[in-house]
Amino acid sequence: MLLHHFLERTAARLPEKAALVCEEGTHTYGEINQGAARLAAALASCGVRRGDRVAIFMPNCARAVVAIYAVLKLGAVFAPLNPLTRTEKLGHVLNDLRASCLITHSSLHAVWNGAMAQAKSVHTCIVADQNQSDAAAVAREDEVIDQDLASIIYTSGSTGEPKGVMLTHLNMVSAANSVMAYLGYREDDVILCALPLAFSYGLYQVLMGFKAGATVVLERGFAFPKRILELAAQARVTVLPGVPTAFNLLTNLATLSRYDLGRLRMITNAAAPLSEEHIGKLRALFPQATLFSMYGLTECKRVSYLPPEQLDLRPLSVGRGMPDQELWLVDEAGRRLPDGATGELVIRGSHVMRGYWEKPVETAERLKPGPLPGERVLYSGDIFRSDAEGYLYFVARKDDIIKSRGEKVSPREVENALYRLPGVLEVAVVGVPDTVFGQAVKAFVVLGPGRRYSEREIIGHCGARLESFMVPKYVEFVDGLPKTDNGKIKRQALG
Amino acid sequence: MEAIKPQIAQEAIKAQVRQYISANFLMGGNVADLRDDDSFMGQNVIDSAGVLELIAYLEQTYGIEVDEDEMIPDNLDSLNGIGHYLQRKLGGARA
Repeated sequence: MLLHHFLERTAARLPEKAALVCEEGTHTYGEINQGAARLAAALASCGVRRGDRVAIFMPNCARAVVAIYAVLKLGAVFAPLNPLTRTEKLGHVLNDLRASCLITHSSLHAVWNGAMAQAKSVHTCIVADQNQSDAAAVAREDEVIDQDLASIIYTSGSTGEPKGVMLTHLNMVSAANSVMAYLGYREDDVILCALPLAFSYGLYQVLMGFKAGATVVLERGFAFPKRILELAAQARVTVLPGVPTAFNLLTNLATLSRYDLGRLRMITNAAAPLSEEHIGKLRALFPQATLFSMYGLTECKRVSYLPPEQLDLRPLSVGRGMPDQELWLVDEAGRRLPDGATGELVIRGSHVMRGYWEKPVETAERLKPGPLPGERVLYSGDIFRSDAEGYLYFVARKDDIIKSRGEKVSPREVENALYRLPGVLEVAVVGVPDTVFGQAVKAFVVLGPGRRYSEREIIGHCGARLESFMVPKYVEFVDGLPKTDNGKIKRQALG
Repeated sequence: MEAIKPQIAQEAIKAQVRQYISANFLMGGNVADLRDDDSFMGQNVIDSAGVLELIAYLEQTYGIEVDEDEMIPDNLDSLNGIGHYLQRKLGGARA
């Protein structure tokens, strides 16, 4: 089974059914599948081959979905990139991937135009909303197998360099099957996806929706909560996946009751835990909808969900796993811990990534030998506590990753950007509590003698190089930073 | 008689907001590329959380309160939209 078979099977079964609804209109399964086959043929004629990496740098739209499936049909590897990515990072990622091809959108011209100059490996750039592909769809012999890579999804790492998570067809099909086994998306579902497709939580809304033969309504974000509610009412949405910041926006609207969301049967949360207050609010506002609290990481997509009937008993737990997967906690020495203990979460299953793209050292930190010969299991880097019945409660990340706006921010990545500024001697970036975003990014900056920057200049410098959710909200100029005995900056002492 | 000529007020507001967006969201030198009627979302300038920050900035800078019903793309998704919206809002408050 390959990842794009989900689409192909549904397209064969329900060619006229609405697959996607977005700003530009409605697209049937037949249209998406045909469009993907045509684009695959066009990519092939440009010299894109099996195993080549194709970066997809687009906002949420039907063309982005077509591009994903075109790349898969060709046996190439798609790398979905957040449309907020800036020029410098885009260039870096294209080089890291040694991408053959970039599929993008004219609205992002200012960003990719600059990045293309740095990216020597990219021989083809397709502006999906301008280049009309008239190549005939060619039926291709499927030489790809499920051990081949389907996607490389970038994630922030503690080393500061974004890391590409390598996922095979088997990894992604397995993850989709496991999640579908407990969520049970149906053919009559209408799924509202305002999460970016570069984020696996967003991407899987399409992958799983297409497997079920459901309709996916694609939006560009939760920026205008009223618009989301209007759309949800109008499209008769049945499934609403979100993150705490999004639910915070929606549930705070006093006018929420004006919208008829009576069809909503399921709400899912991931990326960061919901507070008890938010769980209570969501359940009170949408009593007819089942709420799923979930936990996952890009390296294996999903790990656990809390069965909804457990919400009253242990609202803050993320559950104890999902179908076709095993998990356990280990101590510092890697020994398995019994229920009731606290330790690092380890995950075993077909959904676990193949590693980080061309990063063997980082891969070895995460993937370690499992119970069977040759098997590797995933060390999540997240510390959990379990109760007597094995239900898991998130404690902290092993490293210092900041969660700002539901996105992972690596302090190192922000620090690296700050160090590019002339005259910056030392920096330390930490997360500070923020009522709206959970955590906000704060930078402590030590300047060389005679240097002067305003807070705005520092923020502007970062804004030019980093996605907006990584840009510090606060900057504090200090004379020095607290250090450990061996000279490492102590981030924990700041904040 | 008007305290401020509407046209001038709007241009000043747009310039100020452009400055803010440039400092907080845009990629450095490309602020000139942002046209007055460009959609912030459409041009991938601002994400969801960014809109909240923008609202907070407008409320603080212009001493207004953005009502829930006003948090719509027409009012907040372009420089022109913000210019018109703030002018209505400020004009109303003054009257």
